[in-house]
Amino acid sequence: MEKRVVFRSAWLPWVLVAPQAFIIVVFFFLPAGQALVQSVQQSDAFGTSVEWVGLENFRNLWNDPTYLASFYTTALFSTLVAVLGITISLMLAVFADRVVKGTAVYRTLLIWPYAVAPAVAGVLWLFMFAPSVGVVSYWLQAFGVNWNHLLNGTHAMTLVIMAAVWKQISYNFLFFVAGLQSIPKSLIEAAAIDGARPWRRFWTIVFPLLTPTTFFLLVINIVYAFFDTFAIIDAATHGGPGKDTSILVYKVYYDGFKAMDLGGSAAQSVILMVIVVVLTVVQFRFVEKKVNY
Amino acid sequence: MKIRFQRGLTTARRAGYAVAKLRIAAVAIAAAFSVSVQAQTEIQWWHSMTAVNGEVVNDLAKNFNASQKNYKIVPTYKGSYDESFTAAVAAFRAGNAPHILQVFEVGTATMMASKGVSVPVGKIMKDSGEKFDPKAYVSAVAGYYTAPSGEMLSFPFNSSTTVFYFNKDAFKAAGIDTSKAPGTWPEVALAAAKLKASGHKCPLSIAWQGWTQLESFSAWHNVEFATKGNGLQGMDARMKVNSPLHIRHIENLANMAKQGLFVYKGRANTPEASFISGECAMMTTSTGFYGNVKANAKFDWGLAPMPYYPDVPGAPQNTVIGGASLWVMAGKKADEYKGIAQFFNYLSSPEVQAATHQRTGYLPITTAAFQLTEKSGFYQKNPGTDVGVNQMIRKTTDKSRGIRLGNYVQIRTIEDEELEQVWGGKKTAKEGLDSIVQRGNELLERFEKANKKS
Repeated sequence: MEKRVVFRSAWLPWVLVAPQAFIIVVFFFLPAGQALVQSVQQSDAFGTSVEWVGLENFRNLWNDPTYLASFYTTALFSTLVAVLGITISLMLAVFADRVVKGTAVYRTLLIWPYAVAPAVAGVLWLFMFAPSVGVVSYWLQAFGVNWNHLLNGTHAMTLVIMAAVWKQISYNFLFFVAGLQSIPKSLIEAAAIDGARPWRRFWTIVFPLLTPTTFFLLVINIVYAFFDTFAIIDAATHGGPGKDTSILVYKVYYDGFKAMDLGGSAAQSVILMVIVVVLTVVQFRFVEKKVNY
Repeated sequence: MKIRFQRGLTTARRAGYAVAKLRIAAVAIAAAFSVSVQAQTEIQWWHSMTAVNGEVVNDLAKNFNASQKNYKIVPTYKGSYDESFTAAVAAFRAGNAPHILQVFEVGTATMMASKGVSVPVGKIMKDSGEKFDPKAYVSAVAGYYTAPSGEMLSFPFNSSTTVFYFNKDAFKAAGIDTSKAPGTWPEVALAAAKLKASGHKCPLSIAWQGWTQLESFSAWHNVEFATKGNGLQGMDARMKVNSPLHIRHIENLANMAKQGLFVYKGRANTPEASFISGECAMMTTSTGFYGNVKANAKFDWGLAPMPYYPDVPGAPQNTVIGGASLWVMAGKKADEYKGIAQFFNYLSSPEVQAATHQRTGYLPITTAAFQLTEKSGFYQKNPGTDVGVNQMIRKTTDKSRGIRLGNYVQIRTIEDEELEQVWGGKKTAKEGLDSIVQRGNELLERFEKANKKS
């Protein structure tokens, strides 16, 4: 039996798709195309003189050791943000799923941070960890930890990762809760009757059934860490100390909007675009094989 | 996936255009109105002044508008220096720039190199037939905004410089004489050690580290920060901050950091809060910090000249300026330029200048305004307010006239990044300064190349 709906009209499907296609072209493809064009140009801030320079912007980046170093920073940052964000929110979701009373309260509180703007999240964590006035750094002092993210690169990295993860937990949590709710209770009960303990039930039944959600979140979180975190970094550390928290997208933002070097900034965003396309393809080709739909 | 970021980009740009469009509409309506009521020409002035300084800007416009009938200055706050600069770039690209734009000193080289974007102030004054004498302006201030040809390019508006603040109560508690501030770096180190011994956690901190410890430090000791008169004489300037004197100073500070005598509190003016709170007892930062300290510090404090090394010949010379100047954008009507010239003339009059200087703490830009303020007894009533002025009103040398480099915004960031690594002990002073020179020079070469052809 044919279940698909088939349009008889030749043009109607196109018309129905048109609004979405229009939005994608105007807001996604045109700017991306513009970035491609600008990446082979150099212009002064006001755009009075534009010059085609071929691959010079890319060569400049290649010759900049600090740019190459920020690939490592970005890899570290993105991996930790994605892995920690997913793990913590999965844990929270599993616990929230077991709560009997006040479910709505717990969920609302956990979803709340998603409404916070990234820059605000950055400032919030900055306040708590400020070396002289921060609450958390005061406690840390009591434990003998001399917290100073202004000069200690590891501390600074920890700070921005915490802020970035905190900001994303709500989003992940939401999807995991939905995923958990769609797992039939009968499966878990059957396993329980067979004598499987919670830990085993989780790894043999719950987690495999959550793999589609986890995979989706992995893709989303990597993209988030790559692109949406520059405001957190700008507010919390400005990429410092040195360049220890200067991830790729922060430099794109800084060079384009603060330093007005549109060519160099565009070249970097093209490189970022390529990286994320490759990462996404890899994820779909290899990681997805482990997903049970 | 690119998508997400691009969306951010476009939104920002679109917002810019939307604002620009609104502006056009507003200006059109306003123009229609004023034409029908009175033949008044409106002049848009974008600035970045807040609080007391913002009120001063509005008062200047109001008083000028009341003083004559033909022109109306409309000041608009456009966000911080870099925000208003970005906004002006977007507006210029859309063919809708303001008449007058306030640009921070770091953006000066960019403005100069962008041909056809602005009109030299000297030319506007000449064309309008207004009385204009470039020599009336304090040379350390005006020289910075003057082209190698001698033509004044932008109008110096709010100029600041680097000074030294110290907490007298903390000094007394540590048993240090407060009648005279530590004037040299060895004295600062000594005072810091005494403060630390008395239990003070943050004897010294530094705001605007690149500006105060490298740029102004160079001029103050009459050594080059960069070749070609620190970039004032041409775009082929290259960095020179790894000289023995620079290394010696940064090494000293790094040692003080190791001993807890100098505590790093962040980039730009972030450290200033730790002086006001009483946490840090000494601080080098801008004269523009004066108003804030005066209003908020709950202790006895003093303002003194920047410390120097007494064994360096020629030191102390003069400190360099910060702050901003007013640029006149290109492509406006001749009548509008006439109004701008009149307004600038109004701003330069000794009375207006002196009043602005006294209200804001920014430097007086004409010698007459300084003398007027001195005569009024303002400096006696407000001790310390003349420190910045005295550091600036001196005969400048080619090494001390100011620093004007391309890609300066990025160079400042490089200074921050490398100095942080020195304070943190990751790099030695020499390694950090060498790296500033090398990375800075790459940017300077690129700037020179990009701007030569046009």
